[in-house]
Amino acid sequence: MQFMLLFSRQGKLRLQKWYVPLSDKEKKKITRELVQTVLARKPKMCSFLEWRDLKIVYKRYASLYFCCAIEDQDNELITLEIIHRYVELLDKYFGSVCELDIIFNFEKAYFILDEFLLGGEVQETSKKNVLKAIEQADLLQEVSYKEAETPRSVLEEIGLT
Amino acid sequence: MSDIVEKTLTALPGLFLQTQTGGEAAAAKASLSSRLGSLVRGITALTSKHEEEKLIQQELSSLKATVSAPTTTLKTMKECMVRLIYCEMLGYDASFGYIHAIKLAQQGNLLEKRVGYLAVSLFLHENHELLLLLVNTVVKDLQSTNLVEVCMALTVVSQIFPREMIPAVLPLIEEKLQHSKEIIRRKAVLALYKFHVIAPNQVQHIHIKFRKALCDRDVGVMAASLHIYLRMIKKNSSGYKDLTGSFVTILKQVVGGKLPVDFSYHSVPAPWLQIQLLRILGLLGKDDQRTSELMYDVLDESLRRAELNHNVTYAILFECVHTVYSIYPKSELLEKAAKCIGKFVLSPKINLKYLGLKALTYVIQQDPSLALQHQMTIIECLDHPDPIMKRETLELLYRITNAQNITVIVQKMLEYLHQSKEEYIIVNLVGKIAELAEKFAPDNAWFIQTMNAVFSVGGDVMHPDIPNNFLRLLAEGFDDETEDQQLRLYAVKSYLTLLDVENVFYPQRFLQVMSWVLGEYSCLVDKETPDAVITKLYKLLMNNSISSETKVWLIAAVTKLTPQAHSSNIVERLIQEFTISLDTCMRQHAFELKYLHENMECMKRVLPVNKSCEDMVVDASLSFLDGFVAEGLNQGAAPYKPHHQRQEEKLSQEKVLNFEPYGLSFSASGFTGRQSPAGISLGSDVSGNSAETGLKETNSLKLEGIKKLWGKEGYLPKKESAIGDEAEAQPIPQESVIMENVDQAITKKDQPQAHMQSKEEKEKQLLASSLFVGLGSESTVNLLGKADTVSHKFRRKSKVKEIIKSGETTSTHNMTCSSFSSLSNAAYEEDYYLDTSQDRGDKGLKKFSLNSELLDSELFTALPMVKKPSNCSMSAPSLFADNNLEIFYPFPSTPAPAAKEISVASSLSEEPTEHMHSDLMEITEQPECCLPVMEAESMKNFQHSVQMEEPFTEGTVSGFVNYEMIDSHSAQLEFSVTVSLLDFIRPLKISTEDFGKLWLSFANDVKQNIKMSESQAALPSALKTLQQKLRLHIVDIIGNEGLLACQLLPSVPCLLHFRVHADVLALWFRSSCSTLPDYVLYQCQKVMEGS
Repeated sequence: MQFMLLFSRQGKLRLQKWYVPLSDKEKKKITRELVQTVLARKPKMCSFLEWRDLKIVYKRYASLYFCCAIEDQDNELITLEIIHRYVELLDKYFGSVCELDIIFNFEKAYFILDEFLLGGEVQETSKKNVLKAIEQADLLQEVSYKEAETPRSVLEEIGLT
Repeated sequence: MSDIVEKTLTALPGLFLQTQTGGEAAAAKASLSSRLGSLVRGITALTSKHEEEKLIQQELSSLKATVSAPTTTLKTMKECMVRLIYCEMLGYDASFGYIHAIKLAQQGNLLEKRVGYLAVSLFLHENHELLLLLVNTVVKDLQSTNLVEVCMALTVVSQIFPREMIPAVLPLIEEKLQHSKEIIRRKAVLALYKFHVIAPNQVQHIHIKFRKALCDRDVGVMAASLHIYLRMIKKNSSGYKDLTGSFVTILKQVVGGKLPVDFSYHSVPAPWLQIQLLRILGLLGKDDQRTSELMYDVLDESLRRAELNHNVTYAILFECVHTVYSIYPKSELLEKAAKCIGKFVLSPKINLKYLGLKALTYVIQQDPSLALQHQMTIIECLDHPDPIMKRETLELLYRITNAQNITVIVQKMLEYLHQSKEEYIIVNLVGKIAELAEKFAPDNAWFIQTMNAVFSVGGDVMHPDIPNNFLRLLAEGFDDETEDQQLRLYAVKSYLTLLDVENVFYPQRFLQVMSWVLGEYSCLVDKETPDAVITKLYKLLMNNSISSETKVWLIAAVTKLTPQAHSSNIVERLIQEFTISLDTCMRQHAFELKYLHENMECMKRVLPVNKSCEDMVVDASLSFLDGFVAEGLNQGAAPYKPHHQRQEEKLSQEKVLNFEPYGLSFSASGFTGRQSPAGISLGSDVSGNSAETGLKETNSLKLEGIKKLWGKEGYLPKKESAIGDEAEAQPIPQESVIMENVDQAITKKDQPQAHMQSKEEKEKQLLASSLFVGLGSESTVNLLGKADTVSHKFRRKSKVKEIIKSGETTSTHNMTCSSFSSLSNAAYEEDYYLDTSQDRGDKGLKKFSLNSELLDSELFTALPMVKKPSNCSMSAPSLFADNNLEIFYPFPSTPAPAAKEISVASSLSEEPTEHMHSDLMEITEQPECCLPVMEAESMKNFQHSVQMEEPFTEGTVSGFVNYEMIDSHSAQLEFSVTVSLLDFIRPLKISTEDFGKLWLSFANDVKQNIKMSESQAALPSALKTLQQKLRLHIVDIIGNEGLLACQLLPSVPCLLHFRVHADVLALWFRSSCSTLPDYVLYQCQKVMEGS
């Protein structure tokens, strides 16, 4: 996968993940063009697009568009399922997810994505394992955060920050 | 099942709407305290883009102040990072925060570190300079005892890591492959995958560990390792054939539901894993019957099991079909796969239909009858409201185009072309139309009209080869001279009509094509035309919207026409006008025209009519200037030096070879991709020839001039519609002729719709009959191949091809393939380098005579097929020996002497077809040769030269020998030899001074420190190893430093400077080829570590 974009019906970008190195200018250009193209498509049309030399696979969930770019020889249908699995993961994590969850907690959405896809490839296909990894990280962090609270402030006083 | 999912999905928006209010409240509560929340709310409340910009700028400046304040706590910093990410997502620049993101990852506690790493992975890209600062943090975290820290470090490495720093973390990550936690192992594998993507050579030595990962007891780790395997097999499938069995077993287990339920997705077992495996199998089984046979069973089972009506099963089916058609065919499987394609094509779901078309496109060349089965669906899709469907259909039609259906298909393509606005689509489609038109054009008029449409729509975005090829085709013609003249005449007439239309705007490139054709062939129409044409060209020349490059084409055309014109009024006016032009190029052309015009005799001689293909005799050495030069030299002028020589001299005076000690191996970051200091181009010897090319250009405007950059102009829609009409009128007579037999075909197929033919249906069927005409009349598998041979109208003369090819095929070196005998021996012999061919042959014979009970004498005839004293190392793939046995199996019991008798005069015809398969190289040519009768036990040599165009580590040359025994029993023997980079490396003997010069001129360099084993810890022994094993030439030794040079044949030099510190060898490579140093370095490492 080359990149993944989440944007709203109004064309506002909600999440972007690039798996190929591109300059900021190119990223902006691609995003702008793609958002326009995808939003202009009618609901009955097919979920795949040929765009430059890439295949775009997109799907709409409520007010959010999920949009992935893959190479020509990749499997479009399984990419749709990748999107669906990601939505399932978000849904499970946030408990019936809505766009606002993603807007206000987009870093969480990124963390979940990073446990599911890594470097543009599916990292873990078991839903249970992905959520376990996220929960573990969340949990450990909170614990260690509380534990670290006191020594941290001492360290800060010494001037480590 | 799928219904349930569909329902859930359709219900989702409703659910969201319901929870919207509640969700908002919850989200608002959660983020009440956070600054991000207020920022987000602030932005949503705004209405105009301008206000948003103001707010964000405010936010950014406050953030800037906060992050750079020394008192800011890490906790605040974490929050700032989240807001910065948000601002970047909205498209505002937050680069001031990048360094703080790195700091946060470095210093924060777990929660802060996590955000820090996330920010880094979102902000920076692979080549960002700040990324180097992250390396230490990653190294530290990789060594941490805290699992979460290790996980975070691995996650960031798998996403973004500087290429040149890989050695710093590689050992740590390799270590993690043995970690007890599967999540760590999995992420380590993915980190290595990332390294394999960005720097394949750096992880070559850990292939064995990938195998371990493949056998990991955890499914996740195994699945992750498949990413690496897919990638490696894509590059070189022959190296992994031995794993086919393992992949098949894994797939069997997955399909059989042996995996934990966790990995099921909508009750389909591990679909991602299945698809990955199917893709790998497809690559492994390609053109390989033995390997393919291993997978037939499991593919059959996959096709059978995937019956659930859910998207994900269709995904698997699609991949399965793809694999079945990629590997060595098996009719039973093909039949099932074809049925599957039918399911896709006939599905009411648009996504599946699209994939059905895609699958058809893929398989249509193997099985054209499938297109016939689905012709009505294809016709429907051709008028589908979704342009994507249309486009895929056109792609499909493009594959089945033949001489009979070309007009209809091209017409459909042109229709689509006129609707599309996206440049990429236009370029692509225009290229296809031009290709088809050239191949199958039914007549001159159609061809010119189609090309006119191509030029006016494709205009200035199309590939420059299209006008080049078109002009070349016109100029060189085909075998029939009168036919050629007809075509030219038609082109001239059609352009004259086009130019008569007022107020139309043609793309620059179209005008250039027109002016060339008019300049060359106007005289074909009649004697009066040149004057009229000159007037038209003059009018264009005075037009301001025409680019100066096109004007040069125009004036060249005028120049060519002048000698044929009767009156010279316009020419004189033109000369007057342009000899004072501000454009120097135009002025020069005008002056040339002026002087030629004054001397009509000379002009007629220099510009002969219709001679564009004949080579001009040009004195390239400019010998007529010798007197002038000699005079200059006599008067004390300095001798002429070409530009690059001057530059080199200047440089070598300024700089001498840098012998400064190296930094650490990581510090070489900035070197790759740096520009050459001087921009010297080696071997450019064109300096003296500029005058010559200039001369040529004014004479006949050779086609070389076309390949240049073009300006951008629009096209005219009005003109095309006219062309479209004409094109539409064209196909009718043809259709009616062929209608009959296709109609029969249709009725035979008893289409379900046949009985209720409405008018619309009839139209569609009519279209279908014209589209699938070539496919309907013949129905064997070989259809398309046959259609191809139906006289190509515009087949170019072979001369053209030779011209094109000569550039590629010259300067090959003799890479020799060793004899079969040595092939089977080489594996057992430590020393590959045999001295003489005789020696080699003897050994081979001996070997075979030992096994003679097993081998048939035929082997002897085939045995010494390729032989030459070679300094190439060849290793023998065991497959080959297997093949022998299989091929000769019919005579296993025949004792050796008897076998000899049989084949005393065995006739052997040899047709080796060689393909080069490697990661970077593909040789398309297929050398063939036939040998006459061969006697038993005699030898024949066969030589073929292979050249490495881009470096790679290992590739294979494979081919086969077809031969016929005297009893007319024919057989085929396949062989393949592995060639490695070293086979193409030769010493480069140069002097120290030359080395210095070359060194400075090369831009690509790579540095690396290697630890040496004790035995070679001294400079001389290390040098000796390199000299012997890698065949590097020792240029010079200065103290503890050495200079070596080698070249990749035919002539890509690679220089090595090295220095010994205790037991560390610091290597520094430079070359004119960007990838060569990496590969040579890898070989060096192997050699130094291996010995």
